[in-house]
Amino acid sequence: MSTPAPIRVWESHFRLYRTIWRSNVMGAFVQPFLYLLGMGLGVGALVDRGSGSAELLDGLTYFQFLAPALIATSAMMVTSAEAMWPVLGGFKWQSGYHAAAATPLSPGEIATGVGLWHATKALIAGSGVAVALVFFDGTRSPGLPLAVLFGGLTGVAFSSAITAWTATRDEDRSFPTINRFVITPLFLFGGAFYPIDQLPEWLQWVAKATPLWHGVELTRNAVNEQLEWDSTAVHVGYLSLFVVLGWLSARRSFAKRLGR
Amino acid sequence: MSTTPLIVARGLVKRFGSFTAVDGIDVEVHRGESFGFLGPNGAGKSSTMRMIGCVSPRTDGELRIFDMDPATQGKQIRARIGVVPQADQLDEQLTVQDNLMLYGRYFDLPRAECRRRAAELLEFVQLTDRATSKIEPLSGGMKRRVTIARSLVNEPELLLLDEPTTGLDPQARHVLWDRLYRLKQRGVTLVLTTHYMDEAEQLCDRLVVMDGGRIVAEGSPRSLIEQHSTREVLELRYPAGTNEERAPDVAGIGDRSEVLPDRVLIYAHDGEAALAEVHARGSRPESALVRRSSLEDVFLRLTGRSLVD
Amino acid sequence: MMTLAELPLRILPPAVLAARRPHRMLERQWIVNRRGGWMIVLTGFFEPLFYLLSIRIGFGGLVGDVTDGGRTMPYAEFVAPALFASSAMNGSIYEATNIFFKLKYEKTYDAVLATPMTSGDVALGEMLYATFRGALYSVAFLITMWALGMTASIWAIAMLPVAMLVSFAFSAVAIAGTTYMRTWADFEYVPSLMLPMFLFSATFYPLSSYGDWQWVVQLSPLYHGVAVVRGLNQGEWAWSYLAHVSVLVAMALWGLSVTARRIDHLLLK
Repeated sequence: MSTPAPIRVWESHFRLYRTIWRSNVMGAFVQPFLYLLGMGLGVGALVDRGSGSAELLDGLTYFQFLAPALIATSAMMVTSAEAMWPVLGGFKWQSGYHAAAATPLSPGEIATGVGLWHATKALIAGSGVAVALVFFDGTRSPGLPLAVLFGGLTGVAFSSAITAWTATRDEDRSFPTINRFVITPLFLFGGAFYPIDQLPEWLQWVAKATPLWHGVELTRNAVNEQLEWDSTAVHVGYLSLFVVLGWLSARRSFAKRLGR
Repeated sequence: MSTTPLIVARGLVKRFGSFTAVDGIDVEVHRGESFGFLGPNGAGKSSTMRMIGCVSPRTDGELRIFDMDPATQGKQIRARIGVVPQADQLDEQLTVQDNLMLYGRYFDLPRAECRRRAAELLEFVQLTDRATSKIEPLSGGMKRRVTIARSLVNEPELLLLDEPTTGLDPQARHVLWDRLYRLKQRGVTLVLTTHYMDEAEQLCDRLVVMDGGRIVAEGSPRSLIEQHSTREVLELRYPAGTNEERAPDVAGIGDRSEVLPDRVLIYAHDGEAALAEVHARGSRPESALVRRSSLEDVFLRLTGRSLVD
Repeated sequence: MMTLAELPLRILPPAVLAARRPHRMLERQWIVNRRGGWMIVLTGFFEPLFYLLSIRIGFGGLVGDVTDGGRTMPYAEFVAPALFASSAMNGSIYEATNIFFKLKYEKTYDAVLATPMTSGDVALGEMLYATFRGALYSVAFLITMWALGMTASIWAIAMLPVAMLVSFAFSAVAIAGTTYMRTWADFEYVPSLMLPMFLFSATFYPLSSYGDWQWVVQLSPLYHGVAVVRGLNQGEWAWSYLAHVSVLVAMALWGLSVTARRIDHLLLK
């Protein structure tokens, strides 16, 4: 049996990645580790000695609250960047997709392969954080592998939609704007750093409408072993909806761009 | 007008680590002249050009441009020359017009003057309608013309062109040659490198043939051909792979012969007569062509290799 | 005897001292940005707004007040100046990656150096642009801080020149570092250098909480910027600012001199 087409597209990305994996994997572990030391422990000490914080954080320490959420935020950061410049490059600078489209691969298969690659990157990023979490007592949990999967899902929810958008672009001008007005605000207001009930009510609804909050809830509950069936189903369903819609539109914009 | 040459090089050497790119060359270029460096890739042409353009310090020897030393007066020299680098190096973030404008500003020209010259130069290279276009969508030939326009913005006395038409289609090359010819008529001194013999024959009053960092011959295209080749060349093609074994059949015809992988060349004053003799000997090439000698033949004669492989 | 005024002459290579046209590089950026590029710069104003808002309405509530150097202040007032200094650092390092692109792929500087412009002009010009851009962000940041009630004194205005120095110092060193980069993969290491600086420059909690490890924090150049702006925001003056500022000045001179040499080395072969 021959290798399915999207896997072959994935392979070409993987081949390229092998030349830079060392620095990338190091970064995927070292950065969250430092973050946890600095923000988790340092700021955690400030937060936990404050009055009423235990109540706000649902009985978790600040470290236990923040650290698992980084699995979701890192996945989002990594895949959204991956879905901007490298995807545009595939059409424009290195033209790898055009080259691939000249083979029997269909645009839809190329889009799917790119999506698989983004999932891989999300899992690598999430695993880096998870390995860092193993080093700290409060988060050394059997729920970590599951949290990494949830992180992967969160990442692809972002990357599939952004990929669809990128495939319609000729220039990279909109990318910093997406970072500034979507990714950064979500990072800050998506419930990773503080419970969203701190926010005004309308903003809470905005936060809940975005994929990141659902990812944060999933990873946090998984690591702290607080998963409940019904809420988990809702979060996973909501993220999957984003993945499917994003994937379908990415297939469409790839087909349009690659002329078939 | 002073009679000092614009460029004087004596024993000029450029080394990169243990590799010698330019190996002691002597060159003089005079005002109003059109001078060429002809040679294959890696002959040391571009390194020489970069030294003349004062963007590459010489390793050894003497080099004077406008009777100044590039090592200490690079800035003053660069102010008076125009450069068309091998890769256009246009500013992709700017429009065609802004590329010219900004370049003028690098020469400290007032803004209004930059604008005037930019318009005039775009007219000259026939790109006025592309003034507000970005660089990226332009064709190779158009980019080349923008680069030439840019190199003229400081009204240089000396224009350095590094392989001006490499990679362009025949039509674009002719447009470019025409523009360069006009510049020459205006009295601009042209120094160019090329590995195309037709380009050298078209544009150069005088040229040097370079190989392996050295100069192997010098003169006008005509005199070089007369000196190192015959008036005509007969090209014979035998079935693929048999040139080597067929060569003895035609030995001794004409002044001399060269066996190349794809053909046999016979150098003779009268090509048709040579062909008649080939036939008389009973040799039957698949095809035969009589042509005039070119710089390609000179190069082959001098180095035993062809210019473009 | 060497006077203080002569010091830069000894440290800087002639290429920098002979720079006469660095402003031409600013002119280039002006033309580049004229068509739409300013949008990127303008939308940059929102970044501090988002950060400060999330601290104000979300995070600050969790932490409460902190005590730093004997003075107790709301957490927002404590952390905002540090983020202000960090953003000056981030902005200039971001700009340095653009320079890698221009150096390696667009070959912008090769054409520039064929004119009377020198490598000193290019190095200084690009640093000035990074600083100018950083200064714009700093102004936006400060206005946002003020609007959200995170400035404690009128002297907060003095934070601006300090931010510009931070910006210039980091862009000088970042651009110098960029000239050693071989491929984009090398940039993967940059966050691993910046992040610890961002986290451990007494940014989020007072220097005193580091106990015996305070000297490590003081190795971070960002810390020196943070210490000064945090004090100025509270309207305090201390002689120690001079020491902090000289660290940043030394860093700027070092970066500038390395960059000019490297550009010569890379482009004038």
